[in-house]
Amino acid sequence: MTILGNLTIQILQMLLVLLPAPLLIGFIRKVKARLLRKKGPPLIQPYRDLIKLVGKEAVVADSASWLFRAVPYLVFAATWVAAALIPTFATGLLFSWSADLIAIIALLGSARFFLALAGMDVGTGFGGLGSSREMMFATLAEPAMIMIVFAVALIAGSTQLSYVAEFMLSPAVGLRVSLALGLIGLVIVAIAENARIPVDNPATHLELTMVHEAMVLEYSGRHLAMIELSAQLKLLLYVSLIACLFLPWGLAPVGAGIGLHVFGIAAYFAKLAVAGVALAVFETSIAKMRVFRVPDFIGVALMLGLLATLLRFMSGSL
Amino acid sequence: MGGLYFDIAHLFAGGLVLISFILLYQDRLYALLNVFALQAFVLALSVAWQAYVQDAPHLYITAGITIAFKAVAIPVALHRMVARLGVHREVETVVRLVPTMLAGIALVALSMVVMLRVTGGADPLAREDLAFALSVVLLGLLMMVTRSNAVSQVVGFMSLENGLILAATGAKGMPLVVEISVAFSILIALIVIGIFLFRIRERFDSVDLQVLDDYRGEAR
Repeated sequence: MTILGNLTIQILQMLLVLLPAPLLIGFIRKVKARLLRKKGPPLIQPYRDLIKLVGKEAVVADSASWLFRAVPYLVFAATWVAAALIPTFATGLLFSWSADLIAIIALLGSARFFLALAGMDVGTGFGGLGSSREMMFATLAEPAMIMIVFAVALIAGSTQLSYVAEFMLSPAVGLRVSLALGLIGLVIVAIAENARIPVDNPATHLELTMVHEAMVLEYSGRHLAMIELSAQLKLLLYVSLIACLFLPWGLAPVGAGIGLHVFGIAAYFAKLAVAGVALAVFETSIAKMRVFRVPDFIGVALMLGLLATLLRFMSGSL
Repeated sequence: MGGLYFDIAHLFAGGLVLISFILLYQDRLYALLNVFALQAFVLALSVAWQAYVQDAPHLYITAGITIAFKAVAIPVALHRMVARLGVHREVETVVRLVPTMLAGIALVALSMVVMLRVTGGADPLAREDLAFALSVVLLGLLMMVTRSNAVSQVVGFMSLENGLILAATGAKGMPLVVEISVAFSILIALIVIGIFLFRIRERFDSVDLQVLDDYRGEAR
């Protein structure tokens, strides 16, 4: 395969994470609505919302600094790069040498940092409240994520995603309790980071409960479109990460033909659909937590990550 | 011995430690009892797997006793006790949840370091079982320390005993007589504790053991 072919696949990968991201949200909303015996908005509604927002005038508060205008693009860029690094349908992409788990965590961390700064920039009460809550959750969710990554990296012997995915496909992985703990922990982190239901309700603007929505309350027009798109991209990123680490079946290996790549793309969409249905069922069957219970919930993820690392250390040192 | 034998033993023993953490996390009594029954069930699976690996048929009897007594009889009895005491509301923890979890992780790390140092040179399966067993014992003790409700202290005590059984089956050559007598002494302990619970309740109108501290003049 020439460099041109590799480049094509890499560009395809970048588009393949960006374009279905709103569709995933639309799909989850549709399934949730059907579970409640409602009809629900059409699947392409998130695309329409984004187009409508781009066409609207962006209202910026008088007290906003340059940071407030720059942050939506920074957040979107960081999230998109992080999402594009994850092997979704093929391993061994052109840039997969840089697809390091720790790099992805760092990209997401800087996106969160800028978003929290922007929340406080205008100086309204809600922005500050949202930022402080987001940071409170992040102090537990980020170490949890890092511990889970350590557990996975100890098992696979690398933090590079392509390598980890290939290792998980090989029979060398065996039966590992650490991986099960890591999977549960990562799902909890994903729910908390994407502001899904037990932690935050994505469908509400009710003042006292919101976290993510409070932080981006001041945004409008194209800025809001960028923020919304990066939030959707982040959900897709976590689903792809879980699929890549724990369910890497169907990934096209290095130098595979067109057929395997097409099959990889089909498998990827199937995984997204399964994850969407699972998330919708989970969200429909559970109630939102009080904000002060959330650290306990995310603390479980941290505990699972630590335990997974310890157990792996144990069986590795025998 | 293939890697798969070891991996499955590791899975069950690690599962026991995980369930000890779930016990620490639960703050409702009925949920606590259900998780305790689950722990006994996983323990029975682990013991049965050891019986298969060590080719020791008497361990199957141990597994059967564990299921009959600890996964069915004791949880059912405690369920009925809780219903009659009318204490199926929230458990009052003395220490908050996240510090408890961190203390638990520290205990697991401690027991691994200690056991791996002490048992150097032994069979890997036995070493691993001993380390996990010590973790389960320490987590049971931690549970007894961090809870003030008498029923959850009893559950902590029983889960501690689960750890002892895990250690006993990991070390080869545990006689069946000892096994059966331990199982029956646990049942006797349950009966004594049950009577005791009702006495405490009669006397103090509560099964919160902090009331006892106040009564002894050790009010905080």
